[in-house]
Amino acid sequence: MSETGLSPQLRPVGDVGVLVDFADAADKDAIAHKIRALDGGLSASNTAGLVETIPALTSLLVRYDPLETEFETCATAIRDHLSASARPRSAGEVWRVPVCYDESFAPDLSELSERVGIAPSDIIDTHSNSTYRVGMYGFAPGYAYLTGVPRALQIPRKTTAVRGVPAGSVMIAGGQCLISTLTLPTGWWVIGRAAFTPLDADADKPFAFEIGDEIHFEPVDADKLASLQA
Amino acid sequence: MNVTLRIDQCGPLTSLQDRGRIGYSRYGVSQSGPMDRASFALLNAALGNPAYAAAIETSIGGLKLTCLGGSLTMGVFGGAFDVRADTMRLPSNAVFTLETGTQLQIRPGAWGSWCYIGFRGIPHTSSWLGSRAVYTPAEVRGRPFRPGDELTVRNAQATPGLDRGFELSEALFRQDRLRLVVGPQERFFAAKALEALVSEPFKLTPDYDRMGVRLSGPKLEIGSELDMPSEPIVRGSLQVPGHGDPICLLADHQTTGGYPKIGVLISADQDAMVQKRIGDKVRFAAVSPGDAVAAARQRKRALDRAAADLQAQRGGLDDKLRNQNLIGGVVDPRNL
Repeated sequence: MSETGLSPQLRPVGDVGVLVDFADAADKDAIAHKIRALDGGLSASNTAGLVETIPALTSLLVRYDPLETEFETCATAIRDHLSASARPRSAGEVWRVPVCYDESFAPDLSELSERVGIAPSDIIDTHSNSTYRVGMYGFAPGYAYLTGVPRALQIPRKTTAVRGVPAGSVMIAGGQCLISTLTLPTGWWVIGRAAFTPLDADADKPFAFEIGDEIHFEPVDADKLASLQA
Repeated sequence: MNVTLRIDQCGPLTSLQDRGRIGYSRYGVSQSGPMDRASFALLNAALGNPAYAAAIETSIGGLKLTCLGGSLTMGVFGGAFDVRADTMRLPSNAVFTLETGTQLQIRPGAWGSWCYIGFRGIPHTSSWLGSRAVYTPAEVRGRPFRPGDELTVRNAQATPGLDRGFELSEALFRQDRLRLVVGPQERFFAAKALEALVSEPFKLTPDYDRMGVRLSGPKLEIGSELDMPSEPIVRGSLQVPGHGDPICLLADHQTTGGYPKIGVLISADQDAMVQKRIGDKVRFAAVSPGDAVAAARQRKRALDRAAADLQAQRGGLDDKLRNQNLIGGVVDPRNL
């Protein structure tokens, strides 16, 4: 992979941000690594006026305070960090998340099965045998977007959202999977219920997953799920 | 001492706000905070509070609350709302003392969509990630007010000698031409969409809450086939979904989104945007990121001057309070 393929576009975002955009690069793994390193480097730096960095799948948003600094100064700091090698903010933990795929927790499993032409039990095997990685958070507090949904299970989200989908629902859409943390409407396909979610609002560390963490799902029955949630 | 405020009636967009949660966007947490940050800061200046002391935000649905068990000095700032204490009409920007059993009534007036009610005292609500600001799209910690709720104000102070109305320049909150920085996804739009954005008026639609406001005007068509990954977004972004109407994202916006942003409303003009009403029209003008930063600094200076002017109008409030031994001994600023 040539270095030029990983040279991002730096785009102004109003008077408050620089979008470091790697969307044109082809090697998604290399991009993810580069974004994590830039995130780590800038977070550890004392760049004046930097408010926060927000990682996503193919970009990093660097938010700044316009009373303290401005676009060109931030862009220069970002370019300096891009050429230096920095460590990611976190080492990348491995999480095992128990999931109950029983019908009562998986309202969309049978329709998904029809659409992708795979038996429900095989969907469960396929889903739980894949390795996922935390690519970004978004949508609402604690909604961690996991990459790694096997191609055979990838379908677009539904055309209309379903209301009142409970927290802890394991859902997929396209190449992504997430565990919902709040009761909100969603158009994603709900295929199970997790024993815990990435958000524990009362904990000292309310957000379990960091970008780059590895996630594995382990099928459990309803009794086991209930005992784990107790 | 504690004073309780009972919410007798309120519109759905009534909630407690402070500065909001900063630095948690990476975990999907919106900053929240006041829609009109300038009115909020000036309210606290008039009360002699730190700039981001927690206060109630209400909108055109209005608010009625009754003071129970003691009297409390409060303030109201924001759009030109109709403010009454029982039957007595108060100025739209004022500090006043509410006696036990008196009802404060706030209704929309001549202009403005947001109004703030602050206290000489500390509203007691739960805090999450260092903020009491209510995030309205879902219940994490805290929720918008509902009729029947009670809010306790701790260290409540009643200083009726300091009650007065304040004059503020409307120009700080009312302008029809709002500035934006084009991008960061302007490349997805047809040239005529970019042209229309800065030449045609857009109207605020009823699709307006703390997450954002949908505007209607010329449809902003996306020129090329769109395959855009979800990206982090900021407050003020003008996001354009398939229907072609820009949605201006506001205090409780989602932290990421997969629709292209044709522009971002500059910080200095966001207060004027939110104080527009449904049906009002706005026009946009494009500026460079450098000019937008300069405008943010100019806005800060103008608001600092306005705050200093409020202090002058208030006339030696701090001296009076010091004489009454109310500063330092009673309010611990760390609690604000």
